[in-house]
Amino acid sequence: MQLLEFQAKELFREYGINLLDSISSKNIEEGRKHAKQLGYPFVIKIQVPVGGRGKAGGIQKCQNDDEFELKYPQVMDLTIKGEKARAILLEKMADIKKELYLSLFLNRSKRSYTIIASAEGGVEIESVKNQIIKEVGLGEVSDELAREVANEMGLQGKTVDGFIDTLKKLSKLTIEKEAELAEINPLAIMQDDTIMALDGKFVTDDNSNFRHPELQKYQEKTEIEEQAEKSGFSLVELDGDIAVVGNGAGLVMSTLDMLSDNGGKPACFLDVGGGATTESVYEALTLISRINRVKGILVNLYGGIVKTTVVAEAFLKAYENNLIDLPVFARLKGTESEKAKKMLEGSRTKIYSSVEEAINAAVMGKKK
Amino acid sequence: MTDIFELLKGKPEDSDYKKKGVIVQGITGAYGSLHAHNMITYGTNVVAGVTPGKGGQKFEESVPIYNTMQEAVDATKAKISIIFVPAKFFLAAAKEALEAGIKLLVAIPEHVPIRDTMEALNLANQKGAVIIGPNTPGIMIPELIKVGIMPAMPFKAGNIAVLSKSGTLLYEISDALTNSGFGQSITIGIGGDPINGTRLIDAFEMVKDIPSLEGLVIVGEIGGDSEEMLAQKIIDSGFKKPTVAYIAGRAAPKEKRMGHAGAIVMGTYGSAESKVSMFNKANIPVAKRPAEVPVLLAGKIEKSD
Repeated sequence: MQLLEFQAKELFREYGINLLDSISSKNIEEGRKHAKQLGYPFVIKIQVPVGGRGKAGGIQKCQNDDEFELKYPQVMDLTIKGEKARAILLEKMADIKKELYLSLFLNRSKRSYTIIASAEGGVEIESVKNQIIKEVGLGEVSDELAREVANEMGLQGKTVDGFIDTLKKLSKLTIEKEAELAEINPLAIMQDDTIMALDGKFVTDDNSNFRHPELQKYQEKTEIEEQAEKSGFSLVELDGDIAVVGNGAGLVMSTLDMLSDNGGKPACFLDVGGGATTESVYEALTLISRINRVKGILVNLYGGIVKTTVVAEAFLKAYENNLIDLPVFARLKGTESEKAKKMLEGSRTKIYSSVEEAINAAVMGKKK
Repeated sequence: MTDIFELLKGKPEDSDYKKKGVIVQGITGAYGSLHAHNMITYGTNVVAGVTPGKGGQKFEESVPIYNTMQEAVDATKAKISIIFVPAKFFLAAAKEALEAGIKLLVAIPEHVPIRDTMEALNLANQKGAVIIGPNTPGIMIPELIKVGIMPAMPFKAGNIAVLSKSGTLLYEISDALTNSGFGQSITIGIGGDPINGTRLIDAFEMVKDIPSLEGLVIVGEIGGDSEEMLAQKIIDSGFKKPTVAYIAGRAAPKEKRMGHAGAIVMGTYGSAESKVSMFNKANIPVAKRPAEVPVLLAGKIEKSD
C-alpha cells in the first residue's frame, strides 16, 4: 500500500528520523486548533497519493489567521491527478541551506534494494542529477557504505553524521516494514547543519500485509474493493461505464486496453482469479451491481478447463434474482460453448466467439 | 548457464530421459491434488508428493507421499519440484526443497511476500538451483512435460518459445499461435510478481540458443523494467530470430496495482510506453491485441526467410 506523506512521517518519527513539527487534520475546525498549537508561519500541504502537489497549488504558506481561513478550504477542495484530499498537513516552515535526495527502493530487475542519493534534490526523481546508486541486497546499510554515499555526495562536517544516521534509520524502517519504496525528497540540510526529512513517500509490499497488523490503519480501500478482496478477486475502480471482468490479471488488462482502443471507457478492472465457477462469476456480478455508473458488462473468460455452461448459469441466476438488468457482452473460451449460447438465448447476455466482437458490441450496445 | 532442456528432459544417455521425476509439494491440498492429477494426465512423471503428516499414504493409489522433501528426494532422486502451498508457507517449502537438492523449483503460489522470494532466491543461487515464479503458471515443453497449472488445450509441440508474465495471456496467445500453425518448443511463465526467480532476461538466455528455434514471443505487462532490459539484451546479443512482443496494461491508470503484485506504474517506471519504445528500438513489433501476435510473427518469419 502507498502511504500518504503524514503517514510516512509517522513512521519516520517512530524510527527517529528528524522532522519539522507538523499535525494532520481532516477539516478546518481541526485545522484551526492545530494552527494555534503550531503557531505561524507554517505550510499547508494537501495529502494525496500522487506527486506534483506543489505545481498544482497543493502546498501553500500561511502567515496569519486570514491567510489560513482563505487557503485551507482552497487546498482541501483541490483535485490533483484525479485524487481528492485525504487530509491536510500543517507543517512548520523550514530554514533550509540545501535540498538533497535520498531513497531506498526495490530494484526489480536487479532483484536487490538500491540506494539512490543526490546532493541535488527537491525535484522529481526523473530530474534528479548526479545520482549515486548503490545496491544493498535485502536492504541492510553498513556505516561504511553510508559514509561512502555521504562522501560521494560531497557532504562535509556535521552533515555527514546526520546523513549516515538518517540513511541507517531509513534502511531499518524499509526492512522492518517490508517497503518497496522509502523516499525522502527533499532531505534538507538546515541552517544549523542538521538533517531533516521535509517530505516522505512510503510504499509497502501488499503481500506482506499479514505480517504487519500495525500498518492496517493506513489501508485505504473502497467498500467494493474490500468486498472483492474477501472474495479473492482483485478489483480496481475506474471512471468509465463498462465493467470489465475476466480471469487472470493479464487477460483483464489486455481487455481494458482493447476496450479503450475501441472508444470504450472501463468502469472497473475485475479479475476473478485463475478459474471461473458459477459462484465466482455470480459474486463478480454482485459487486458490479453496486457500481452505479455501469451501463454494460464486458466479460472475457479464457478457461482451458472451464465449462462455459457453468458461467452461463451465473448470468441466468443474476437476471432471475434481479441482481442486474444490464446487458452482458461475453466472450467465453472453453468447452460446451454452443450449449451455453442456447441457455442464454432470449436473455440480455450475448456470447461472442472473439473478444474483439464482444468489445464492439459492448461499446455500441451498452445501456443508454 | 542453466540448460533448462537438460533439467526438464535429462540427457539422452539417462535411463529416464524425457521422463524426469517431479515432486509435488502440497499434493494433498485441493489445488495441489487437482494439478498433480492434470500433470500426470499430461504425461509428466510425478514421482512423489510431500505433505507433512501424510507420509506413507499414496496419491491416486500410485504416487507415494512423504512427510519431508529430504525423504522424497532420497527415495526418488528427483531434481524438479513444484510448490502448491499457501503463500505464507512458501519460503519454508522452498528452503526445504533447495536444501534437499532440488535444482528446478516451480513456485505456483500468488501473494508471496517479496522478502520471502528474495530469501528463497539467495538460497537458490548458493545451491545452483533455478526458481520459476512465484505467481507463475509454470513451465512446459508441449506434448512432453508440464510442470505447472496450464490447461493442455492451447499448446502444441513446435519451434516457437513463449515467455510470459501472465498466465491466462500465455494460454490465450499460445492458443492463437497454435491455431496459426506455430507450435511451441517451450513456454515459460515468468510470473506476475515484482521479483521473479527467473526474469525475462534469464528465460531468454535459456531459450535463445535452441538450434531449432524459429521464433520468440514475449508477453509482458506494465510494471518494472524487465521488458526494457530484455529488449536491450536482444540488441546487445545480436539475436536474429523473428521476435514479437505483446504488452498488457496500456490503458491502466498509474500508481494502481492491476491484479498482479508487479503490475504497477510508478511515475514513468514500468509504463507501457517505455516498454513499447524499447521493443521498437530493438526492431521487435509489439502487437496491439493477443490475436495479432501470430500475424506479426508470420510477417517477421517471412522477412527472415
